[in-house]
Amino acid sequence: MRKLSYAEAIREAHAQLLAADQRVFLLGQGLWSPWYAGTSLKDIDKEFGRHRVLDSPVSENATTGAAVGAALAGMRPIVFHPRMDFMLLAVDPIVNQAANWSYMFGGQLNVPVVIRAVINRGGEQAAQHSQALHAFFMHVPGLKVVMPSTPFDAKGLLIAAVRDGNPVMYIDDRWLYEETGDVPEEMYSVPIGTGVVRREGKDVTIVATSYLARQAEKAAEILARDDVNAELIDLRSISPWDEELVCSSVRKTGRLVVADGGWESCGIAAEITATVAGKVFEYLRAPIIRVGLPNSPAPMSRPLEEAYYPNTRTVVTVVQKVLAITEKI
Amino acid sequence: MAVKYRTPEITPPLMRDMYVTMVRIRIFEEHVAELITAGEIKTPCHLYIGQEAIATGVCAALGKGDLVWGGHRSHGHYLAKGGDLRALMAELYGKSTGCSRGRGGSMHLFAKEVGILGTVPLVAATIPLAVGGGLASKLRGDGTVSVSFFGDGATDEGHFHESLNLAALYRLPVVFVCENNFYSSHMPLLQHRAEDNIYKAAEAQGMPGLPLDGNDIEIVYRAAAEAINRAQAGEGPTLLECRTYRWRGHVGPSWDMDVGVKRKDELQEWMSRDPIARARARLFEHGATQSDLEQIERTVKEEVEESVAFARQSPYPEKREMSDYVFCPMEESS
Repeated sequence: MRKLSYAEAIREAHAQLLAADQRVFLLGQGLWSPWYAGTSLKDIDKEFGRHRVLDSPVSENATTGAAVGAALAGMRPIVFHPRMDFMLLAVDPIVNQAANWSYMFGGQLNVPVVIRAVINRGGEQAAQHSQALHAFFMHVPGLKVVMPSTPFDAKGLLIAAVRDGNPVMYIDDRWLYEETGDVPEEMYSVPIGTGVVRREGKDVTIVATSYLARQAEKAAEILARDDVNAELIDLRSISPWDEELVCSSVRKTGRLVVADGGWESCGIAAEITATVAGKVFEYLRAPIIRVGLPNSPAPMSRPLEEAYYPNTRTVVTVVQKVLAITEKI
Repeated sequence: MAVKYRTPEITPPLMRDMYVTMVRIRIFEEHVAELITAGEIKTPCHLYIGQEAIATGVCAALGKGDLVWGGHRSHGHYLAKGGDLRALMAELYGKSTGCSRGRGGSMHLFAKEVGILGTVPLVAATIPLAVGGGLASKLRGDGTVSVSFFGDGATDEGHFHESLNLAALYRLPVVFVCENNFYSSHMPLLQHRAEDNIYKAAEAQGMPGLPLDGNDIEIVYRAAAEAINRAQAGEGPTLLECRTYRWRGHVGPSWDMDVGVKRKDELQEWMSRDPIARARARLFEHGATQSDLEQIERTVKEEVEESVAFARQSPYPEKREMSDYVFCPMEESS
């Protein structure tokens, strides 16, 4: 099959959506710039016209609110936040408005808005250019949140998000932009709310999101050399998330490690851990351990930054720790 | 694109229609005040009494397909745009027959069939949404106009300033209607703004901004018609600062005599500028008789009393429906 990079797959999804549906348009910062979106939107304004690809002032609140309003008026906007940190200035239209609208008006209209947020960190960018805030949004009823880790899912989840009819936050990660993989040329959807087993195993379940799902794949390969067969689930969608897939895997392996690139406190892993403990406790043979960020803002200085972000090695170490604890029990 | 230009002329039938709308809002709100006092309506209600000319004058200049967005004090916007009165009363009772199916209450109103795409109490929150309505109109080229109603307090929010700029930058068909009733909740205007100059925000953002007497239905209608015509002609947004006064308290039926040092004197002064009394005087000039106007009031009272009966006998939503509508059932299949 044809290979595309993650960024190229995102671009292709945008282009196909714009071509297929006149209601689709893009609004946000940096859409006419060569660098804000990396190659994920390269020359999209030239291809579809600047009337449908609107670069915007630094007004996260108004642009996101306008996208929500246009969605309520029947359009299919994708509002773009090239850095998730800045999107916090738009929490009112996302949380108070888009997520509540269907419920508080008794389901009389849908809010087909896609809020695209980019995690863009590393390179000594420090605290305000580094945050992965997806867990905030997972907390909110009425909002769907997806985090693709492969080029295939990057394309299929964006198409699913635009077609969903409900507010969907689509979070992509700049550290994945160069990853390549199989991507069909036609339009296709990856169902929101479904995870995928990337590798089957019987000894331990690793549930991972976004960039860490790719790191966990490498970790599983390393663990296999020591005859540890890890089952890797890439969550893909964090709200709703695939509880049944995770629980059925834990029933099989009895051990769980959750790896996510946000802060551990009140993060995705906390939610998954509580759910698994509540539903399949009797199958657990070891404590559940999380891989995440320390509860500290992102540092700048390179040695601190290297220590801050979890990676393949972190996942391997935590899995080994879980297995070691089991042996002692 | 079928653009229908509004004439600024106010014919006697139009004047009469606007008068009826204002009386409907006034009598509806006075009934609601009594029902709150009686303990029947519990949802927090921010009454529109005293400001009727603004919603009425602006909405009279709009077509059915034009969009309206409001805030916490929006019973008047809903009724003026043609929202169903019975469904509004039922909503205040939390009944499943309400305009928001008992999920919204007074502060979350919806009537898509007449272009009310939502009124919500997060201050200034619908201003950018109205800009989005204008953006949708421009992208489709459908000639509709999007109107944002908000109060003086909302102009203190960043939403307001960002939205004005965005609408002006993209030359969107939006009319920003600020109802300056001189109080942001409990705070008099000059305690929450350094200057009494809301309309001037427009000039800095590249659009016309007009201060006007919001208690004069004719002035409001003409200014709105002109702003709507500009919007439809592709000339971009307008800010109307309609100066008015909130007769009742910020929320509920009280008169809020304890807020602001001059509230009592001010209230008497503003009640003497009652927009309905002024419209009535104009109707008399047009030849209406006392009995005509009494008949209008009787008809409206009957309609409102009937709506109360309807609301009382309507069912509440079922407990099993608690989590319905978190996501809209109208998803499109892929």
